[in-house]
Amino acid sequence: MSTPYAKLPAWADYGLIPVINLFVAFVVAGFVVLLVGENPFRAAAVLVEGAFGRGQGIAFTLFYATTFIFSGLSVAVAAHCGLFNIGGEGQGYIAGLGIGIVCLAFDSVLPWWLTFPLAIIAAAAMGALWALIPAYLQAKRGSHIVITTIMFNFIAASVMVYALVGFLKPANSMAPQTRTFLDGAQLPKLNWVIELFGAKIRSAPFNISFLLALAMAFLVWVLIWRTRLGYEMRTYGHSSKAARYAGISETRIIIVAMMISGALAGMMALNPTMGDQHNVALEFVSGAGFVGIAVALMGRLHPVGIVLAAMLFGMLYQGGAELAFEMPAISRDMIVIIQGLVILFAGALEHMFRPYVQALFASLSPRSVGMEAIKGKGA
Amino acid sequence: MDMFNAIIQVLDSTIRLSVPLLLACLAGLYSERAGIFDIGLEGKMLVGAFAGAAAASVFHSAYIGLGMAILISVAFALVHGFASITHRGNQIVSGVAINFIAAGSTIMLGQAWFQQGGRTPALAPGERFGAIIWPGADAVRGVPILGPIYSELISGHSVLVYVAFLAVPFTWWVLFRTRFGLRMRAVGENPAAVDTAGISVAWLRYRALICTGVLTGIAGAYLSMVQNGGFVKDMTAGKGYIALAALIFAKWKPVNAMFACLLFGFLDALSIRLQGTPLPLIGKVPVQLMQALPYILTVILLAGFIGKAIPPRAGGVPYVKER
Repeated sequence: MSTPYAKLPAWADYGLIPVINLFVAFVVAGFVVLLVGENPFRAAAVLVEGAFGRGQGIAFTLFYATTFIFSGLSVAVAAHCGLFNIGGEGQGYIAGLGIGIVCLAFDSVLPWWLTFPLAIIAAAAMGALWALIPAYLQAKRGSHIVITTIMFNFIAASVMVYALVGFLKPANSMAPQTRTFLDGAQLPKLNWVIELFGAKIRSAPFNISFLLALAMAFLVWVLIWRTRLGYEMRTYGHSSKAARYAGISETRIIIVAMMISGALAGMMALNPTMGDQHNVALEFVSGAGFVGIAVALMGRLHPVGIVLAAMLFGMLYQGGAELAFEMPAISRDMIVIIQGLVILFAGALEHMFRPYVQALFASLSPRSVGMEAIKGKGA
Repeated sequence: MDMFNAIIQVLDSTIRLSVPLLLACLAGLYSERAGIFDIGLEGKMLVGAFAGAAAASVFHSAYIGLGMAILISVAFALVHGFASITHRGNQIVSGVAINFIAAGSTIMLGQAWFQQGGRTPALAPGERFGAIIWPGADAVRGVPILGPIYSELISGHSVLVYVAFLAVPFTWWVLFRTRFGLRMRAVGENPAAVDTAGISVAWLRYRALICTGVLTGIAGAYLSMVQNGGFVKDMTAGKGYIALAALIFAKWKPVNAMFACLLFGFLDALSIRLQGTPLPLIGKVPVQLMQALPYILTVILLAGFIGKAIPPRAGGVPYVKER
């Protein structure tokens, strides 16, 4: 009997293989750049320069990363429970409704540090609610969560158009967006942290929701690996049969996991609305929910990995904007391709290079992959 | 008579709108019956639409466009196969990846090659599939009731519409009357049994995915070369997912699939027709509700309030030979 996926040392499993997968994704992306007649190496240089070259770029990179940490965590929490929440986009979008209502109601009366917690609760509650219905249907009626969450993305889009051309926009305005939030619903910037290191920033939307994202990453780690609920979720994710045998309620665990996932996706809406645009506009999520899938897979569903992967995608978004400016043949949709390639190579094809890496390790040091034990048994 | 004409018009657009759904739904049927979940129908339709319109406008031939649409769509189907059959990856993740690669690359290549903001150039009449007027369609137009039904509903569609509806009995025949179909259904229910009989599970599944690619390619070509005179970015607009829902609603059966797609097409046609018109009893329905209706209905259907759908048993599970 062959051992398809024998153990690798942890650093190879969590470091080397993702890096190889990522590298291959970028090589393929390089061919796409060649296809439109540009030099991939120069494109990569422009991208990195745009993301990290100046303080301005770093601040934007971290701003984008903030949103992706939330959406990545959202996908990861559901994935640990064996559920594929592809509805982060809709859950984040609908959370804009809660944020809009809270901010419009309180921005003239409360200071930001009181509006912010209220908005967090509203965003999380709306996101969780939007995940609750698909979760309930999966748990009770057996309808596939992937399809229902996709459908809920479309329904969310319709609801938000209805709200934004209806009661959320000011009566005297034509644009489908809320009025600009007052100071009471604008999050303080964190640009000064980067300026401490001597970089200059003109204006960038990097704000304190980044700290909330880091706190959530820590809390997700606690939840998944240090609590009973997290243990139950992982058990259910590994084997629903084992979970049922252990007396874990299937309905409860699916609904709880999806609501946490939805709440995290909902919080993603805080950053672009209260942190940057200071309003709720049409399509403000703009695909960030889907980026979460790539981020979670890239980060191997671990909060630390997710934060790093979110930084990487923040870099791609910021650098990609610069790239689209420098090379007209490359539009920002290049990022969508890279995202797809990362999902393909880090997700669906994650085991493609494993046998080769294993063979390499086995030839260098058989002990490290546990080959001796197997050989000993055979002899 | 006005009422009758309105009904004929709605039914006519029902047929037009259900064709891409039907082709994509049958495409999904081949792959899911063989045990491969395919959430990437959307993406394959999109690349098909782009490749078709791009090739048709460059080579000035609708048939070269169609061929290119099928070719590229099959290539994407094979990528899905490579990830989910050969490397036993997660089929849903692979499908999602394909959708993203399709969405990004069609816009970017379209912009780089044609410089029209992600569109392809508008197709001239010879580069699109024109309507086929059936014999006598104009002559009987004046006949009450049957005349309009013959000349509007049955005649006057492009060749791809007839291909789509002929694909239904053909798929039924392949699935239930051929050796390939029997084996394909078996590989979706119990691949180990097929393997024991000495038939390659992987090769069967690959062949099923090639069928999927051909059909999604035609669906894409229909979108960009019949319904619309060129490719517009994100023109599939969720049709691949609706087709998937129709497939579940149809319980993975070809004839049911046709009726499910006609139903979704009818809803779509109705929502376009009823935009802004007040309904009796309900009053004016918001446009957004009408637009969301197919999705809401899908969720209700999926919730199993209208019959229970049981998927092919081996669906979504990569086949490992040794177990």
